[in-house]
Amino acid sequence: MTSPTVTGEAPGATAAPAEPPPPKRRGTPKARRTWRQALRRDWQLYSLAVLPIAFFLVFRYLPMIGNVIAFRRFVPGGSVFGEEWVGLRYVHMFWNDPTFWQVFRNTLWLGGLTLVFCFPAPIVLALLLNEVRRSAVKRFVQSVSYLPHFLSIVIVAGITMQMLATDGPVNHVLGWFGHDPIRFIQEPEWFRTVYVGSEIWQTAGWGTILYLAALTTIDEDLYEAARIDGANRWQQTWHVTLPGIRPTMITLLILNIGTFMAVGFEKVLLLYNPLTYQTSDVISTYVYRTGVESSSFSYAAAIGLFEAVIGLVLITSSNFLSRRTVGTSLW
Amino acid sequence: MSRPSRGYRVFQSANAVVHTLVVAVTLYPFVNIVARSFSGERQIRAGKVSLWPEGFNLTTYKIVFKDSMFWRNYGNTVLYTVVSTAVAMVLTTCYAYVLSKRHLRGRTVLVGIAVFTMFFTGGLIPNYVLITSLGLKNSIWAIALPNAISVFNLLVMKAFFENMPSDLEEAAQIDGLSTYGILLKVVLPLSKAVVATMALFYSVSFWNSWFSALLYLDDAERMPVTVYLRNLILGSTGGTNAGAATDQLSQVGANIQAVAILLTALPVLCVYPFVQRYFVKGVMLGAVKG
Repeated sequence: MTSPTVTGEAPGATAAPAEPPPPKRRGTPKARRTWRQALRRDWQLYSLAVLPIAFFLVFRYLPMIGNVIAFRRFVPGGSVFGEEWVGLRYVHMFWNDPTFWQVFRNTLWLGGLTLVFCFPAPIVLALLLNEVRRSAVKRFVQSVSYLPHFLSIVIVAGITMQMLATDGPVNHVLGWFGHDPIRFIQEPEWFRTVYVGSEIWQTAGWGTILYLAALTTIDEDLYEAARIDGANRWQQTWHVTLPGIRPTMITLLILNIGTFMAVGFEKVLLLYNPLTYQTSDVISTYVYRTGVESSSFSYAAAIGLFEAVIGLVLITSSNFLSRRTVGTSLW
Repeated sequence: MSRPSRGYRVFQSANAVVHTLVVAVTLYPFVNIVARSFSGERQIRAGKVSLWPEGFNLTTYKIVFKDSMFWRNYGNTVLYTVVSTAVAMVLTTCYAYVLSKRHLRGRTVLVGIAVFTMFFTGGLIPNYVLITSLGLKNSIWAIALPNAISVFNLLVMKAFFENMPSDLEEAAQIDGLSTYGILLKVVLPLSKAVVATMALFYSVSFWNSWFSALLYLDDAERMPVTVYLRNLILGSTGGTNAGAATDQLSQVGANIQAVAILLTALPVLCVYPFVQRYFVKGVMLGAVKG
């Protein structure tokens, strides 16, 4: 699906030899083409790749290596990679930091709720849209539901706050039922609901695109056969439609699990405030505050690295599991 | 098609209700914000504004329009979007074209370099330290350069180039065009659709971005309008540089956010109906071809 056939575990960034050719490159005349010949023939193509590769090296791989400051003492203005080795000092520090465990729990909560509610939403919407026979209606509903995806997170956060303000529409409706206004944005117990709700509002419509595309590829004959076997609508959905979009579902599920730890950092940063830290503060926002705002770079880098490693482990293991169990995988 | 059963007809009606709800829930906030932006302060506080402005007035619009900082930041957003998109398009197109050449030695590695970054990234702090020590802080390059290639866009473009008939390029080569010439004079003119789509993808994401600006720019005058809006929402700026009178101030407090949200979203809302289907196509291309 979104990922190509290449393996993800490409080594560092140096011009290592391509995987397919035999181990010995030089002095094997029968190898497709030697590097010298390739360079002579395609030097113009390679030259086009120079700037993009420089981009990846500097802005993607250098920061990966830069993570060593998690194990080195960093002095602002000093080397990007820190000044001296301090071992696991910063790891011990966050391990014994109660705030860290609080934000860790919050991250799991928000990530889990997002997975449980935001992942199925587009599937349900796509299945329902698929049952709409009038294509004009279908197109209209789709166009409208994509809309929030195109707006800046700042705007979505702004709209969320306006809707949930004490004088906003939601509290207005609550007023009809004689309910006192709820201060959604200030109360920690509401943060998760607010976050997940705004996430669904923003992403559900856009998420249907891939599922609707997958639905069109299901063979009509399968429905025909199911009908002849006496399957009703619901059984057709259960036995034909859902298995038909299963590869799409699993691919997106793996991708979702991969971003599990990195729960909508920007949105949390916009929606939270010190009153709701108790439930809203997640690893990435804590990293932002300790690192950028309080300049504890090494400490924050250690936490960030921990988060990234969990993410990588989650995505590789779910990929492995799904390849073993259902035969679909990203790579 | 067999005759729909009664249960199915019930389902269809329920389905119609669900879709009406989806549309209503998606659109209501926009309508409400438009209504608020034109409403009087007291009416908003009393929760009277729903779909239609109550106590119509334009005070807040006047104040925002007079706020020089708002316009300066708006101009910054335009500038950042144009420059960043241009940089991103050059780098992405070049790399996608190289990656689309199947005969190229080392192609797997070149693809791998890009794809690996989809699964593992350096993280906030090393990036911040890097940008700072490269001296990019407080310049447009801190926004444009670190986001110059989106791997997803790269793969979409690569798939498009791969599907292009190679005969034309071979003919051009025989006619003596260099690789650069082929890319500029043959391939790109034939790829207007994908180039336009990618430019749209990039410009919308740069228009909407705010966090790199917050991280790497210190000066309020250099901020994009999204950060202006964010500060407004957090209440750290009142947008009151225009020296408003007291009654105007309370008016502002009630609906300045609505006005700023609308003005910031406006360009996207305006082009949305025309470009939306290109986005959908682009996403499907990326998904199916990978």
